[in-house]
Amino acid sequence: MPTPFRHHRGVAAPLPVDNVDTDQIIPSREMKTVSRDGLGEGLFAGWRYTVPGGREPVGDFVLNRPEQAGTSILVSGTNFGCGSSREHAVWALMDYGVRAVIAKSFGEIFHGNCLRNGILPVALPEGEVDRLLKLDGGAEIAIDLEAQTVTAAALPGWTGRFEIGAYAKRLLLEGLDPIGLTLLQAPAIRAYQQADAARRPWVYTAG
Amino acid sequence: MATLFDKLWDLHRVGDAGDGEDLIAIDRLLLHERTGGVALKSLAANGHPVLDPARVFSIMDHIVSFRHGRGRNEARSPGGEAFILETREMAQKAGIHLIDTDSPAQGIVHVVAPELGIALPGLTLVCPDSHTCSLGALGALAWGIGSSDAEHAMATGTLRAAKPRQMHIRVSGNLAPGVSAKDLALYIIARFGADGGKRCAIEYSGDAIRDLSIEGRLTLCNMAVEFAAFTALVAPDAKTLDYIRGRVFAPSAAQEEAALAHWEELCTDPGAVFDEVLEVDAGKVQPQVSWGTSPEDTTALREAIPADASTRALSYMGLKPGQSVYGLPIGGAFIGSCTNGRLSDLKAAAEILKGRRIAPGVRAVCVPGSQAVSREAEALGIDRIFIEAGFEWGAPGCAMCFYAGGETFPPGTRVMSSTNRNFEGRQGPGVRTHLASPAVVAASAVAGMICAPSDILVAGGVA
Repeated sequence: MPTPFRHHRGVAAPLPVDNVDTDQIIPSREMKTVSRDGLGEGLFAGWRYTVPGGREPVGDFVLNRPEQAGTSILVSGTNFGCGSSREHAVWALMDYGVRAVIAKSFGEIFHGNCLRNGILPVALPEGEVDRLLKLDGGAEIAIDLEAQTVTAAALPGWTGRFEIGAYAKRLLLEGLDPIGLTLLQAPAIRAYQQADAARRPWVYTAG
Repeated sequence: MATLFDKLWDLHRVGDAGDGEDLIAIDRLLLHERTGGVALKSLAANGHPVLDPARVFSIMDHIVSFRHGRGRNEARSPGGEAFILETREMAQKAGIHLIDTDSPAQGIVHVVAPELGIALPGLTLVCPDSHTCSLGALGALAWGIGSSDAEHAMATGTLRAAKPRQMHIRVSGNLAPGVSAKDLALYIIARFGADGGKRCAIEYSGDAIRDLSIEGRLTLCNMAVEFAAFTALVAPDAKTLDYIRGRVFAPSAAQEEAALAHWEELCTDPGAVFDEVLEVDAGKVQPQVSWGTSPEDTTALREAIPADASTRALSYMGLKPGQSVYGLPIGGAFIGSCTNGRLSDLKAAAEILKGRRIAPGVRAVCVPGSQAVSREAEALGIDRIFIEAGFEWGAPGCAMCFYAGGETFPPGTRVMSSTNRNFEGRQGPGVRTHLASPAVVAASAVAGMICAPSDILVAGGVA
């Protein structure tokens, strides 16, 4: 069951790049265990460490800068999380301590994976994201999911407002288990399948 | 008046899931060993049985070794064996279909699903793999999901989803000889951007789409995820129905008439409205090659890299703005993947390779998309053409499309690749991937530099 998300205030790291793909978020070579746990070390491994497989930090990569200690929010460009559907990207972010990603747009599968794991994906208009990307290193950002707002200590008077689907919002606010929720509709699913099997019998006879 | 996508959505809509989401029935779930074991294990740990194991298919492709003559548990990356063993064990326990590493049906999930008739028009199919959109080529509603959603689909036979917006891409005119579905896919992404699909369900239609083979349509729809689409679709036609007939999991003789009647209804009604419409003239598409680290970083072969190209991408690729990649020396070539690992792809490359040798200093690898493709190619002598040209001939799987640890091209190597992603490090740390069609990859391997098939064919070969 995902961790509920209501409000979050934390250190934000700017990644002013478009199309950050899930291969960058966690390279396949870092997905070493048949498990969801312990993937934070592999987060951004290609950018974060000097050699593949090594753990010596690249000094000027944003997450390695001293002022970014405790980063829990990422700010990035368009199409963040595009590419591979690997949920490991979200598990790695979660394990590292990231609770929200603010971007101009998101890869669709990554977006869904965030919601399933208690990470809030916030899509803001380009100009607003650009303002946040220009903040000094280590800047604090606050996100209120209930009110659907973003504020930053360094931008007094500024409030970013974001849209989020009603289901996505509830999933995060309440930390819901979607499987449990859907199983409440088991009778409707059975009724659908019975009617559908009469209409499309070939669907139900595979194998 | 409804679109094909409207019809497929309505047909699978179990009901309202609340909060603006629909509960959508899932007809087939596909798994692979990279996430299959994790999903099945987590499902079992939470006490959820698989609702209908006969409609779940687990196929080994991501981490299996591509070494010809590989062992049953042999992975291509250190520690990869655990994923194969875990997925096999969990699949057997759950009683789902298992197409194992040594099965004559094994291959890349998106190559195998059409071959076996697991993918059919009108079905909903999901898989924890982003290239599941490939299967829309058959008129199926197919999309990539995460591992948690795979668990949801197995436990409930459904997914919760908000109906996406819809886009129509009309491709008029004809692709010139030597221009392939891959070139069309890259051209569309380059022209409208990697975010250009706007999370829409896309329907492709038009003369050029009608003329594409089913394998070409699979290639085109495969790249929809690189275009930020929810998925892509091509309405089934006579070619589709011919393709399906006789496949292992296709409707039985007794069911065929009803199935055909149903499939005939799967089309967009005249006058149905889409949220977005893009027009593409197929006649303008030339052979493409990517220069950067996103599939949108693509031009026609001889075109210059845009002056405003991302410095980050150029620096990774060792290039300068304004330069053309045409004529650049290469160190590697790869033909295979769910994008271009089918028989027609191998045939297109073999036409160029026949009687020629790859250039010295180039490591070239061909990995057929499935055991069936491999067998058919071998029956036609295509494997000999590749091997005699100096290619390695591998065992089916995702292979060098993505690096998962293990051996690959050395850092800095410029690689021509028939795959779908040129992301930083995708084929290995520091490896510089250029995406292109199998024909362009084969020609470049022969020349030892990025070039067009026509350069090789006109020159009559390279010594």
